[in-house]
Amino acid sequence: MQVAENDIVRKVRALLETVCDPEIPVLTITDLGIVRAVHVTDDKESPDIEIVITPTYSGCPAMDVISMQIRMVLLEAGFKNIKITQVLSPAWTTDWMSEAGRQKLKAYGIAPPASTQSVCTPDAFQAEEAVQCPQCNSYNTKLISRFGSTACKSLYQCNDCKEPFDYFKCH
Amino acid sequence: MLSPKIKYLLYLADNALILGHRNSEWCGHGPILEQDIAVTNISLDLVGQARNFYQYAASEIGNNTTEDSLAYLRDVREFKNCLITELPNGDWGQTILRQFFFSTYQYFLYTALKDCNDEQLAAIAEKSLKEVTYHVRWSSEWVIRLGDGTAESHQRMLTALDNLWNYTGEMLIPSAYEKEINEALAIKGADSLAEKWNRKIKEVLEEATLPVPQSAWSQQGGKEGMHTEHLGYILAEMQFLQRAYPGVEW
Repeated sequence: MQVAENDIVRKVRALLETVCDPEIPVLTITDLGIVRAVHVTDDKESPDIEIVITPTYSGCPAMDVISMQIRMVLLEAGFKNIKITQVLSPAWTTDWMSEAGRQKLKAYGIAPPASTQSVCTPDAFQAEEAVQCPQCNSYNTKLISRFGSTACKSLYQCNDCKEPFDYFKCH
Repeated sequence: MLSPKIKYLLYLADNALILGHRNSEWCGHGPILEQDIAVTNISLDLVGQARNFYQYAASEIGNNTTEDSLAYLRDVREFKNCLITELPNGDWGQTILRQFFFSTYQYFLYTALKDCNDEQLAAIAEKSLKEVTYHVRWSSEWVIRLGDGTAESHQRMLTALDNLWNYTGEMLIPSAYEKEINEALAIKGADSLAEKWNRKIKEVLEEATLPVPQSAWSQQGGKEGMHTEHLGYILAEMQFLQRAYPGVEW
């Protein structure tokens, strides 16, 4: 029975890896680290599946779409009893983003979050982390706005190749 | 009669929703594109926080209450937000200064709430605190830039300070339900909120070359549902669709 459960969990996880973030479609929800747990409560013919997810930001408008997409892929794979639970604690952090996810972001033209977190304090005019331009790899970049096209990004510009780019900010 | 906990959750939710709504009025009107995006991003964070608090309140109230019925089907006297959140935006300087005052309050409040003994409230506070930290940084940088900027920006910040200062005290004077919750949920640090807020405000205003007003008078009432004339207009706009077409979805 234990083995069967593990097989189901593995299958469900593989399915989750096909669900993409609607706002950054190169990333899957597992790359982002927003899937926190997969619970399979028994191994009867139609097992109960619970997927626990956490939002990147409180107001992330993608969460409803992501929940729906998870439900769709699981339904298509024949699962019927699906429950999707949102949890807030522990709060999501960019540390949970996978290495593969970071590489995909960079290839897509979005600078991935710096791996050493800058301390998140409310003090004004802090030194910004050195953010690498995803186009020319220069670290000679500047912050244009702390808030970008989505809640999870800041707007930067490269001083060398002059290209503006999104930075997936540390959180 | 609502329990103190439900009143408290609605208080937190209403503050976030009304200020989020006010900030959203800047969408498409910001002084430059990047800051238009910033202030509307802050709106999004605040409305997201409001949703979390409303969902929690709705589950506590029961009787088919939902986050939407709480936001769209209550009238002015049932809203518990602080008056400062509902004041008109004024110019960019006044919007920034209000955000700085309020975000600083939220920062210290959520810092205290994240360690309280109510698991769900602590979880929402922990999540929101990360966002509010960005809001404090952004708004304080702008207060300094404008206060210590040109003669005109300095003058505008003085006017904003005059317009807003008497509304700041309300955030820091606890209502009866806040006092009950502070005790019931063992919220440590609630006592020192005013002290921490004042210290941070003083530090930033001084750096912005702005005076710290000495007036001790506070305009109050919002926490008990006694609002300025401005809230009715906000609700009239925000709730119109649900009032005109009950239950409509899109």
